Amino acid sequence: MGAFRSPGIWMKTAQAAVLAVCMCFTLGASDASTRFDRLSHRLMCTCGCAQLLGECDHYGCPDRGQEAQELNAGIAAGSADQEIFDSFVARYGATVLAAPTTHGFDLVAWIAPFLVLAAGLLGTVLLVRRWKTNPAVAQTAAAASDPAAIDPAAKALREQIRRETDFDGGAGL
Amino acid sequence: MATFGSLALVLALALAAYNLFAGTIALRLLATGHPARISPERLADTARRAGIAGFYAVTAAAFALVWSVFTNDFSITYILEHSNRALPAAYKFAALWSGQEGSLLLWAWLLGTYGFVLRLMHKTDVKLYAYAGTILAGIQVFFLAVLNFAAPPFSLFRGAIPPDGNGLNPLLQYPEMVIHPPMLYLGYVGFSVPFAFALGALMMRYPGEKWIRITRSWTMVTWLFLTVGIFLGMHWAYAVLGWGGYWGWDPVENASFMPWLTGTAFLHSVMMQEKKGMMKSWNVWLIFSTFLLTMLGTLLTRAGLVSSVHAFAQSSIGSWFVTFMCIVAAVCIFTYVLQRSHLKTEHQLESLVSRESSFLFNNLVLLTACFVILWGTLFPILSEYVQGTKVTVGAPWYNKVAVPVGLFLLFLTGVGPLLPWRATSLRSIRRNFVIPVIALWAMVVVCLVAGVRPWTDGAFDAGNFYALVAFALAAGVLTAILSEFLRGAGVISRQTHRNILSATWLLTRRNTRRYGGYIVHIGVVVIVIGLAGAAFNRNQEQELALHDKLVIGPYSLEQVGATQDTNPNYDSDYALLDVYKNGKKLFQMAPEKRVYAASGQPQTMVAIHSLPTWDLYVVYEGTNPGTGQPIIKAFLNPLVSWIWAGLVIIVFGTLVALVPNLSSATAAPRVAARSTVPEPVLKGGD
Repeated sequence: MGAFRSPGIWMKTAQAAVLAVCMCFTLGASDASTRFDRLSHRLMCTCGCAQLLGECDHYGCPDRGQEAQELNAGIAAGSADQEIFDSFVARYGATVLAAPTTHGFDLVAWIAPFLVLAAGLLGTVLLVRRWKTNPAVAQTAAAASDPAAIDPAAKALREQIRRETDFDGGAGL
Repeated sequence: MATFGSLALVLALALAAYNLFAGTIALRLLATGHPARISPERLADTARRAGIAGFYAVTAAAFALVWSVFTNDFSITYILEHSNRALPAAYKFAALWSGQEGSLLLWAWLLGTYGFVLRLMHKTDVKLYAYAGTILAGIQVFFLAVLNFAAPPFSLFRGAIPPDGNGLNPLLQYPEMVIHPPMLYLGYVGFSVPFAFALGALMMRYPGEKWIRITRSWTMVTWLFLTVGIFLGMHWAYAVLGWGGYWGWDPVENASFMPWLTGTAFLHSVMMQEKKGMMKSWNVWLIFSTFLLTMLGTLLTRAGLVSSVHAFAQSSIGSWFVTFMCIVAAVCIFTYVLQRSHLKTEHQLESLVSRESSFLFNNLVLLTACFVILWGTLFPILSEYVQGTKVTVGAPWYNKVAVPVGLFLLFLTGVGPLLPWRATSLRSIRRNFVIPVIALWAMVVVCLVAGVRPWTDGAFDAGNFYALVAFALAAGVLTAILSEFLRGAGVISRQTHRNILSATWLLTRRNTRRYGGYIVHIGVVVIVIGLAGAAFNRNQEQELALHDKLVIGPYSLEQVGATQDTNPNYDSDYALLDVYKNGKKLFQMAPEKRVYAASGQPQTMVAIHSLPTWDLYVVYEGTNPGTGQPIIKAFLNPLVSWIWAGLVIIVFGTLVALVPNLSSATAAPRVAARSTVPEPVLKGGD
């Protein structure tokens, strides 16, 4: 038990734990067929079929075999993913990549949708808050809640809407 | 027949033009009250009748083309290029929409049909229908002008007429292709009707929300057609293209999905206008956008702006569509600016957590999804413009960007119905959300135990993670919807002493729109479950000699021979595969490879064995030229049949929502209370 109190042992245990976690996250990453499957779904077949290399299946495709061979060669040579992609871009052009890269103008492709969603959410929240705090709205709501200010037809309509939409009244009853 | 068809098209154009100009003058005279030699009411009626006659003229042109296909009139270039003598009758009919000119004629005919029905129903509200009919005539003039001047379907072949045609594209010779394009077009073209009503109502400052109630059924039916069309296309892609998937984020697929998203947003937000008098401007712009997106989709398909496996060849009609879209956008903006004071909201949101705000967020997410797809579709063009190089925006990008947005939408699908109108108390949230949240977390635990984990071999797996989130959300949403049914049915059951099933039926009949909508949501959840299954797809490709076996999942496929077949249209090679599970023979599959006589093009026909758990999907990829042995690719695709089941539920839910409510006693006062427009009279004053 005394040995476990030694800082050296703790350090080694921590290192082993970190190593184990790292190994967990990298397990399978070097498997060639898994890697081929993953990378071939990030590259396009260049014959004009507009399919991913990993999914191109049309009979007599002139390019699929050649591209698959190059990809296998890159994997066998131990090249990093980026090196393989760079060699494909150099040979076939940027359209061989199935998605835009994450640098330069291509980055705009990735961030614009989330910016639009964030701006929309923010705008909606601000709009609702403004409506809630707007005195004119408060007056409208007050007038709407004053039974004397509502004509009988509108009142009947409101009651019906409330009946049909309020949980407590039973849905749609 | 070519002369007859051409003359019919010219006549249809003249009638549509008369409908547009006479209708516009009549409505202008009515609006300004200027005296005229002819009564504006009579002029408007002649315009309406011209529209009806125009339908007959377009029908005659469409008939002429179909007749020419069936009589093998290869003097017409279109028939020569899209048909041949041995083509089966159903596919000869499909030749009508298999090419540029024919599909435009189909569009014009469907628009004419919608317009015909609309003009026959004009007594519902004479003036509003006159506006809508005139706007539809404007759209029809455009399509007929394209057909007459840019893409004539009856142009004659120059030179010696070949004895047989080139045949229909083999990819299109599949049963779904007989029905998928017309369904899609019914959806595309159908959105012209709510667009015409919305624009007409805005032009005439139509009082109240009656125009929405008039167009409700049109919009729902149109949406249903588009939905069915999209899913038939998915099924076609799945069964014919042979890559094991059903959605490839192809620009043309995206083009059909974008108006579906805005149309869905419109169907939701329009309820806010009906019930609360809110989001009027928003709704008008939603339907304007939906119509413009249908045009954009048509432009993308036909102008060769983006590369796609579906697109027609590049043609000159792109400039026609761009011009038309600019004119439509200008008319919409001008009308909106002029009449925007008419669209003042009657109520405002009272709480951030309410049914109203959930509609708002639902619309926001639907439009974001639409933006994502539009952005992805057009980014290659933008990239070429900005940096001089085109890039590909394919499935990996959409999967990373669009899937999270879709899951957020699924989350809102569950949350929305649980929130009461106006405002929500903490107590109400606790009461309504506790069971769905328990269901959600229970599903997370079940999935983790069953092996659906967001990591594979220690590495984060985005596909598994999204599948886990989708299953969990699906459980929560499904529980939320079912609890809605049970809550209402429980009240009826207590009041009427019916059993819970009978009470649920009565509940649905009493408010078909609401509960039909919930059934549609159930369909959407079922589809999401099916889509999430794609994270666990497996495939195996192997060359199989006689009695060789390919193992995939629990199945073992043994090659037991090959056979051939021939007919006048194509020759077939089949690979015969006995399928075993646990050593027991279950059935035989026969994936096919065809070579079409007219075009000489090969085509695979996939063999699919579909179960609720998965599809065993087998493709005969061809033979190894060296060994002569067949190459077989097998896929095990989990939960795919859930997607098609979800569509059936959506169709059922939409049909339920279209049925009038059971209780006329409650419906009648509602209409009386809201109707502020005297009808049916065609009078001025706006």
